[in-house]
Amino acid sequence: MNTVLWVIYPYICLAIFVVGHFWRYKYDKFGWTTRSSQLYEDKLLRIGSPLFHFGMLGVIAGHVMGLLIPQSWTSAIGISPHTYHYIALIGGIPAGLATVAGLIILVYRRRRTGPVFSATTVNDKVMYLVLGIVILLGIWNTIAGSLLQFGGEYNYRDGVSPWFRSIFYFQPDAALMAGAPIGFQLHAFFAFLLFAMWPFTRLVHVFSAPIGYFTRPYIVYRSSDVRPGVGVGTHAPARGWDRPELQKKE
Amino acid sequence: MRVMAQMAMVMNLDKCIGCHTCSVTCKQAWTNRAGTEYVWFNNVETRPGLGYPRGYENQEEWLGGWVAKNGRLSLRAGGRLKKLLTIFSNPKMPSIQDYYEPWTYDYETLLGAPAQENFPVARPYSLISGKPMNVSWSANWDDDLGGSLEHAAKDPMLKGIEDKVTFEFEQTFMFYLPRICEHCLNPSCAASCPSGAIYKRSEDGIVLVDQDRCRGWRMCVTGCPYKKVYFNHKTGKAEKCTFCYPRVEVGIPTVCSETCVGRLRYIGLVLYDADRVLEAASIEDDHALYEAQRSLFLDPNDPAVAAAAERDGIPGDWIEAAKRSPVRRLIQDYAVALPLHPEYRTMPMVWYIPPLSPVVDVIKDTGYDAEDKDNLFAAIETLRIPVEYLANLFTAGDVAPVNRVLKRLAAMRSYMRDINLGRDPRDEIPESVGMSGEAMYEMFRLLAIAKYEERYVIPTAHAEQAHALEELATDCPVSEYGGGQPEGILGEGSGRPTPVAAENLRMLQNRQRADSLENPLIGGGSKQGRVNLLNWDGIGMPEGLFPDRDAETSRETSGDRS
Ligand code: SF4
Ligand code: SF4
Repeated sequence: MNTVLWVIYPYICLAIFVVGHFWRYKYDKFGWTTRSSQLYEDKLLRIGSPLFHFGMLGVIAGHVMGLLIPQSWTSAIGISPHTYHYIALIGGIPAGLATVAGLIILVYRRRRTGPVFSATTVNDKVMYLVLGIVILLGIWNTIAGSLLQFGGEYNYRDGVSPWFRSIFYFQPDAALMAGAPIGFQLHAFFAFLLFAMWPFTRLVHVFSAPIGYFTRPYIVYRSSDVRPGVGVGTHAPARGWDRPELQKKE
Repeated sequence: MRVMAQMAMVMNLDKCIGCHTCSVTCKQAWTNRAGTEYVWFNNVETRPGLGYPRGYENQEEWLGGWVAKNGRLSLRAGGRLKKLLTIFSNPKMPSIQDYYEPWTYDYETLLGAPAQENFPVARPYSLISGKPMNVSWSANWDDDLGGSLEHAAKDPMLKGIEDKVTFEFEQTFMFYLPRICEHCLNPSCAASCPSGAIYKRSEDGIVLVDQDRCRGWRMCVTGCPYKKVYFNHKTGKAEKCTFCYPRVEVGIPTVCSETCVGRLRYIGLVLYDADRVLEAASIEDDHALYEAQRSLFLDPNDPAVAAAAERDGIPGDWIEAAKRSPVRRLIQDYAVALPLHPEYRTMPMVWYIPPLSPVVDVIKDTGYDAEDKDNLFAAIETLRIPVEYLANLFTAGDVAPVNRVLKRLAAMRSYMRDINLGRDPRDEIPESVGMSGEAMYEMFRLLAIAKYEERYVIPTAHAEQAHALEELATDCPVSEYGGGQPEGILGEGSGRPTPVAAENLRMLQNRQRADSLENPLIGGGSKQGRVNLLNWDGIGMPEGLFPDRDAETSRETSGDRS
């Protein structure tokens, strides 16, 4: 059972995540958008959306720090697990609260603003549900588990983090996760579910963060002839061997 | 010098009768889809008036376009860093209420009503929320100065002359201003797009949104000072006027021009020096911008320019077309066309011949001869309104160029009267406005007779590029309904689009130039019950617009009229 949950399931989800994005990008560039609803309503969005998104950026940064950086490294530069813990809580709690506050405002807005609600698809609703569960479980783990230490102390950097890393160097160790508290297990479970859904939802817009804006010139000129990359749009450029050739016959 | 070609338009405002045909046909061709109900790529505004979206010209409020500070140009709404920091919620975007809430009527109640004493009423329903609504604003609510005391008085362009404009019906003036995207030389919409999805085509300067690259950040809507990029709220992508590129590529004019009742639109090429665009747009004095932009345009009759154009890859027939271009003649040779709001510094490329009629009307009302040059000149000098108002629109408030243009138009009026009445033409009239009699006559031909071939000089795109033309190679916004899934699992319009067949348009062009009409009924291919005017040429009936006669009669004879 543990192997299924903490080895096979994560790999399946990650595979769907990677292949799904690839497929979606090839098949549906036109549908790759934030699907903004600002046109319908903008007072609540103006507060909720930045709260949620900046909160989320903080949360993601926290996860990168907590999951990817081994404890031995931080200890090596003289940060004790205890100090680390404080740093994580000081950064994590405000970010988490901002995310939740933003999420609540956005969900309220989505439900109460008629046009926004009618523009919400089933796909969106399922995605919001899973996303909400993941976030709430995460907050629960931080506040109840780490801050108030319900059910004893648990250092996720000894359990969850090494397990997560182990997935990526293909030596998955299910036992590490099997010993984690149920809150962490559920959080991880739903997070992987979210990864599996990701490419098929509007969450794909995360991967269109327009970093290139900083370096490109303001005005883009593009010839209808020369297409950068392999065929802009849904049509690939003709292959070399597809070119019409004059075949002279005697 | 880097020579580039730009497809541009000039509209002669004196001839616009405000019939909105251009808007309707454009809508029928491009934006008759869910998500674009409120979108008018072409709209016609009554001026003075608020325009569409409401008060869009007030850039203090809407932050569109560029500002020049210390010789540097920056986006008024903030540069790259600010854009990315505010990407989660655009701080300055017009809401649907600033455009208008689109609606339809509940026609079912009319069709399904039983015989009854009182007429049944179709109620308006919002196309956004689906609820019954009170219609209280639309894209041309203040048409023909309707409610002008309330609306037109708030026109941002009346700033500084409010006290002189009166909205008493007998004393006021008005004219129509048809607007499309300006296909600017320095487009702030493109500059605002974080994804780099909006681009200017290097062949003909048409500004397009790559639907596959747009991620729906909405910064372009704010960036465009003319508010001519719209957000499709169903697909979550930006859309804008395309200059009907599928038509222009095969040498036929845009839908709005083709169907214009007043025949007041001119389409042609101008060559310009792309290296100097930024410099010209950065000139700090607003009043100098009109001349600065004119100075960018190159004369294709100059052999040095023609050689440079050839070096920069502009085909020979395009250079020829630039020589004959009515747009170039009106902007450069006769200098009677002016840009709309040069002070936005986007270097717009749809120019306008300001209307003389408000002046003519005043003279007529006082009983004087409105075709007499001296009367007209005196009136242009003394009537500060509407000249100042026109200057606010076309020259950033500088009345001198507007005066010059109006005088040329007035001079043409008197000069041609003599000719038409069989009197001797008086060459001192054109001379008084710095033109030769011959040039004035040519200008008259272009403006008044306005033959089809003279109004539209559109070189076709090149066959050797045909395999890669936009029309064949990427999707166009209308096409998605052909083959895409209207309600794909990934949201509306996801899936692969089907391009409009360029083939059709080629056939259309041939047919348009043919002498006989073999089959007047094949107007343009209708798609899934939609009437598509994009490839209708004005000959015969567009397919699907009217019920099929034969089908009608057969239904009647079989008595089946449920
Ligand atoms: S008028 Fe057209 S080209 Fe110019 S900024 Fe607006 S959308 Fe862009
Ligand atoms: S069709 Fe022509 S005359 Fe009619 S409103 Fe449009 S521009 Fe004016």
